[in-house]
Parts: sequence; C-alpha cells; structure tokens
Amino acid sequence: MLEVTRLPARRVLAAALLAVLAALSSSCAATAVKPWDRDLLAQPRMQFVPSKLQYAIDRHIYFSKEGSTGGMELGGGGCGCN
Amino acid sequence: MALAPLAHAPEAHAKAAPANAVAPRFGLPTSAGKVDSDSLRGHVVLVDFWASWCGPCRQSFPWLAAMHDRYAAKGLVIVAVNLDKDRARAGEFLEDYRVPFTVAFDPAGKTAEAFQVKAMPTSIIVDRSGAIVMTHAGFDAKKTDAMEAALEEACSK
Repeated sequence: MLEVTRLPARRVLAAALLAVLAALSSSCAATAVKPWDRDLLAQPRMQFVPSKLQYAIDRHIYFSKEGSTGGMELGGGGCGCN
Repeated sequence: MALAPLAHAPEAHAKAAPANAVAPRFGLPTSAGKVDSDSLRGHVVLVDFWASWCGPCRQSFPWLAAMHDRYAAKGLVIVAVNLDKDRARAGEFLEDYRVPFTVAFDPAGKTAEAFQVKAMPTSIIVDRSGAIVMTHAGFDAKKTDAMEAALEEACSK
C-alpha cells in the first residue's frame, strides 16, 4: 500500500525545481536602484542614446529615405503630403 | 507571479532609520587604516554618506570640516563614508578639500544599506550610547542649524 501513496522521486524533484524557479523569478523584478548606485547608471556608456548628435543624424537619414516626414515625433507619416 | 512583488515595493522605500534606534555596527577601511563603530562608542559620531558625483556632498564638506573644528574637542567624531565604486574618483574629490575628519570607503554600499540611506548625502548623528539621534537627507548650506543644534546637544550629554 505504501508503494501506491508514495510520490515518484521525479515528480517531487520537478515540484521542488518549480518552487525554486518561482522563488527566483519573484524577487528579481522589485529591485530598486540604490542612491549610491546612481553614479554607474549616470555614466555615458549606460545611456540609452550614447550620442545624441549621431542619433539625430541617423534619424534624419532614416526618415528622409522612408519618406516619413516628422518621424517619431509628429502625427501622420509615410504619405509625404503635409 | 512576477508582478506580485511590485505590490510590496513601497515597503523597500520605508522611512530611514528612526530616531532613537540603535545604530548599526560597521567596520570600514580608511586611508589611514580602519574605523570601527565599537571603538567609537562613547563619542558622538556623525556618519556622513557621500560620493564624488554628488553635488550637495561637495557643498557639505566645508561644513563638515567646520563642525569637526568646533566639536571634535567636545567628543565629536566625523566618519564620512564614501560610496564611490571607483576609489580614484573619491581621491580626486578629497584633493579639493581640507579633510580633518575620518574618511572611510564602502564601495559595495553595505553600510549605507544598514543605515537605510535614502538620498545622497545622508548625515546621521549617533549619540554616546550608540543610539541614532538624527537622520538628515540632503544638504543645504543655509539650513544646517538643526543639524548643528542636534550635534551640540549630543555633545553636551
């Protein structure tokens, strides 16, 4: 009878693994930036747009080639009729 | 499941170490050796958390030096804890100022974590019994009266 009620080792292992994964994934989303970590985040290499001038040139070329006047900033686009 | 902790996030922003709480113990390297909170017991300790990239910290250093001059004889010890990741930057900062007090280095921010620092700079006054008397976030050269009053009171006890 004992053999019937005992859970298979693989299933126990899978459940444990799932619990560990859940514990790991639940704590990673809520880490706030500490005040003393801001020096690293403020460094130029950490910026989303490292070079604003380069970004402006790239956008200018892209939008003129695509004919989408106004690009990301203005409404409408693509028809070139404004 | 991943969203659940977001509901708890505000707890992480709870208030800074409350007054009359026992100050966390610390031991940190300094340019001269080591500073230990246990060996400072019996002194009034001003723990100041700063970094080279922080503007108000730059303004606070002359004031810290003035406080050292005024109260060191009455039992005040100032420990300015640097939180730069790169110690060379702290060195450049320190060259610009007269630093008569102790500067300790904590690049990992463990001490700041223990003192629940919420802003840069943060100054914490610990009295002779090791209790936190005052926590002050930020620095304004025109609004230092309350800090100095607290220092004076702690030193007179």
